[in-house]
Amino acid sequence: MTEMRKISVKVNGKAYEAEAEVRMHLADFLRQKLGLTGTHLGCEHGVCGACTILLDGRTARSCLTLAVQVDGHEIMTIEGIADGDTLHPLQEAFRDNHGLQCGFCTPGMLTTLIELLRDNPDPTEEEVRIGISGNLCRCTGYQGIVAAALDAAKRMRALS
Amino acid sequence: MSAQGIGEPVRRKEDFRFLTGQGTYTDDMNRPGQLYAYILRSPHAHAELNGIDISKAQAGPGVEAIFSGKDMEADGVGGLPCGWLIHSKDGSPMNEPPHPPLAVGRVRHVGDSVAVIIAATREQAKDAAELIKVDYKELPAVVAVEDATKAGKPQLFDAAPNNLCYDWHLGDKAATEAAFAKAHHVTKIDLVNNRLVPNAMEPRSAIGEYDRATGLHTLYTTSQNPHVIRLLMGAFVLHLPEHKLRVVAPDVGGGFGSKIFHYAEEAIVTWAAAKIQKPVKWTSDRSEAFITDAHGRDHVTHAELAMDKDGKFLGLHVQTLANMGAYLSTFSSCVPTYLYATLLAGTYTTPAIYAEVKAIFTNTVPVDAYRGAGRPEATYVVERIVETAAREMGIDPAELRRRNFVPRDAYPYQTPVALQYDSGDYFETLDMALKASDYLGFPGRRDEAAKRGKIRGIGMATYIEACGIAPSAVVGSLGARAALYETAQVRVHPTGSVSVFTGSHQHGQGHETTFAQIVADKLGLTVDQVDIVHGDTDKIPFGLGTYGSRSLAVGGSALVMSLDKVIAKGKKIAAHLLEASEADIEFKDGKYTVAGTDKAKTFGEIAMTAYVPHNYPIEELEPGLDETSFYDPKNFTFPSGCHIAEVEIDPETGVVKLVNFTAADDFGRIVNPMIVEGQVHGGLAQGIGQALHEGCIYDRESGQLLTGSYMDYDMPRADDLPNFQVATNVTLCTHNPLGVKGCGEAGAIGAPAAVMNAITHALGIKDLLMPATPQRVWQAINPMRQAAE
Repeated sequence: MTEMRKISVKVNGKAYEAEAEVRMHLADFLRQKLGLTGTHLGCEHGVCGACTILLDGRTARSCLTLAVQVDGHEIMTIEGIADGDTLHPLQEAFRDNHGLQCGFCTPGMLTTLIELLRDNPDPTEEEVRIGISGNLCRCTGYQGIVAAALDAAKRMRALS
Repeated sequence: MSAQGIGEPVRRKEDFRFLTGQGTYTDDMNRPGQLYAYILRSPHAHAELNGIDISKAQAGPGVEAIFSGKDMEADGVGGLPCGWLIHSKDGSPMNEPPHPPLAVGRVRHVGDSVAVIIAATREQAKDAAELIKVDYKELPAVVAVEDATKAGKPQLFDAAPNNLCYDWHLGDKAATEAAFAKAHHVTKIDLVNNRLVPNAMEPRSAIGEYDRATGLHTLYTTSQNPHVIRLLMGAFVLHLPEHKLRVVAPDVGGGFGSKIFHYAEEAIVTWAAAKIQKPVKWTSDRSEAFITDAHGRDHVTHAELAMDKDGKFLGLHVQTLANMGAYLSTFSSCVPTYLYATLLAGTYTTPAIYAEVKAIFTNTVPVDAYRGAGRPEATYVVERIVETAAREMGIDPAELRRRNFVPRDAYPYQTPVALQYDSGDYFETLDMALKASDYLGFPGRRDEAAKRGKIRGIGMATYIEACGIAPSAVVGSLGARAALYETAQVRVHPTGSVSVFTGSHQHGQGHETTFAQIVADKLGLTVDQVDIVHGDTDKIPFGLGTYGSRSLAVGGSALVMSLDKVIAKGKKIAAHLLEASEADIEFKDGKYTVAGTDKAKTFGEIAMTAYVPHNYPIEELEPGLDETSFYDPKNFTFPSGCHIAEVEIDPETGVVKLVNFTAADDFGRIVNPMIVEGQVHGGLAQGIGQALHEGCIYDRESGQLLTGSYMDYDMPRADDLPNFQVATNVTLCTHNPLGVKGCGEAGAIGAPAAVMNAITHALGIKDLLMPATPQRVWQAINPMRQAAE
């Protein structure tokens, strides 16, 4: 149960090395071992999506991923989305469309939408709603988030 | 500075930190030398607690200490208090059984706390908990309010016979009986307001810390009202004086009422941290949240409405059984009484109302305020029975409502259930909703849907809220054990920037922006020149916190009071500097001017003068520019609205699709329309959740929670909801300086009745239980097949 492993992982472009129990999940590893508390735990059974991160570019629930599974891999979390103090167009669209209130589900919403908009740069509203249907938000009723995603898609298309 | 003042959709100041992962929620914090607590909880709904064997667990790796209820009792720790005393019909005070933070002698619901294990890591604490042997003697449990009062049923407390907490009433019984005696028609309905789990996305968390050198206890906690926690925990539970107890509620990830209350874990970590002289952190997981966060609603109601031949309401009689759960949570007792029965007039002139409420203990998680708190339950009763009455009388539901609305010229309007509405215009708001929802076009849409084999229905609900709680003396006379004013300190810094210290607390509402807009508007600053500080009892003078849509109406009013004092003091300074009479000084757009001249001083110059008083009326005026106010409301505020839901039902599957939802609301003056719209959307999602998705289900025999995870408790997801049509009507609140009424709960109040009225309209039935799941709807469509099965 308490066997320790050394884990080497690149997070938001920076290399980290830390020890963790084999039973530790990735979200706890990010939050407790690496001090990256931007990733949030809402349910720890893979249903709310708050802990979603990008693992080698694809979304993953960090509460359902063991820390040992990411040894030698690359991760992106909410802390890695902005360029310094310059917000990513998706983050700007969230601010402009009131896509967040308490901010707790926001890390998972952003990472999920980074993937969605990369794979589908011009989604319909229905595609966005289905795309984020694995992420629970209790504050916004989703309307601001959907508007933000569609607005971000437009901004990102204009940039590319 | 109108671009950032009142009425502007200013982008939120708080968003940058949340969008970049830099928020500081309680579980993000760690204190030096911190240990972790895990709480062992009862797996039984009702059992005698005969002994706890911790010998093996104590030897577990990393274990520092294990405590049970007896250890806390031995230290003189008190029970968790209830903040509102209700008296029964016969004048007797409610039954108020003790609620120890860790159970002593008996456990009364699944999740009741039994022992706390403190270890170097959370995992070690959990491992050790598995080694604890608890000697339980299981007792039969009672879960449903209809069962709990029957003879021979399990009793939770010796001091509460028949599990009765109180048997309360409000209104004029004789007048109501007389109204029914002369009625042309009486509509009757039986309703269940389903139990809900608030489910803020951030699980609760608490860190206790003790500084031996100063004797200072600190609690970091996920709270909507840190001063209230300090008061309750300090005075009643741990017996600590306020000056030795600091409570910090940093960024909080949603509350919806569930983080108002003083919870056992807050007292446990604060007490244990002093006991072992090390910081102790506890964080709930989601399973634990389901069985420890206070639940909401859970009413069983019979209601009757008496009308004359024209549909004019003559009288309303309401009988409600309210489930309190196993203990009285902090504000539980006022929810089904003064926050419920007082709202039963709704938007109507019903002259006689009589409400009877029995509050019942059961072996379930305590029930307390959840978004709307009593007002959704009242609205559900009024608006379901009004819609039913319209169908029975053959009157269009909108028309029946119009016939009974409080007239435009009737304000202030005194209801027969204690409240006095100050302003409103229900006719205009109804018309806005009818227009926005294309109510008149419904028959065409229904026919079109029928061609596709779908059944359409449309339903509406109007609502009234009592927000901005409340005049302290009024609530005190009704049994509140707390005051309900709010505080604001405005500290103008020497260079003219401002820090505001508010007793309101934000956990998603955006106060850091809206409160800054008020300052910007009044003082002629930009919002970036203003910081809003909240959530720390060491920084804020005092506070009652955020719940019941009160922050802007009460906290915002306190802020305006302090700003007015700042401006007034500035006038005296400006008069001195400009060598003019104070009466001739005007303040506008950040400048003090002598009326009719171009002589002026900027706000920044005045601030600097206040702190560097070289040329200053020092004989008459203190230096500095820092003002504090306590604002005690003169009345409740009364937001109102009309919500219209349109549904399309697939008769093959019973799936209800919400195809359109319109909310027309009157919140008084709006400070930030973007934020208000977001509050409406969020409230609607929770109200629609109650109607279509959410329901907390206990096994009626064992008392086990069957909906204890996100796999079982269904909250609305993005693809379950439409885009909402939102409109606002504005009638100003007449008794607070901003004219604001509050907007946070409206959606959750109006939506359930609107949706259920639409579903029952579509199906041509009188009632259906919430949530209207596909199974329930399908069974309603296919009663014969259901009976045959």
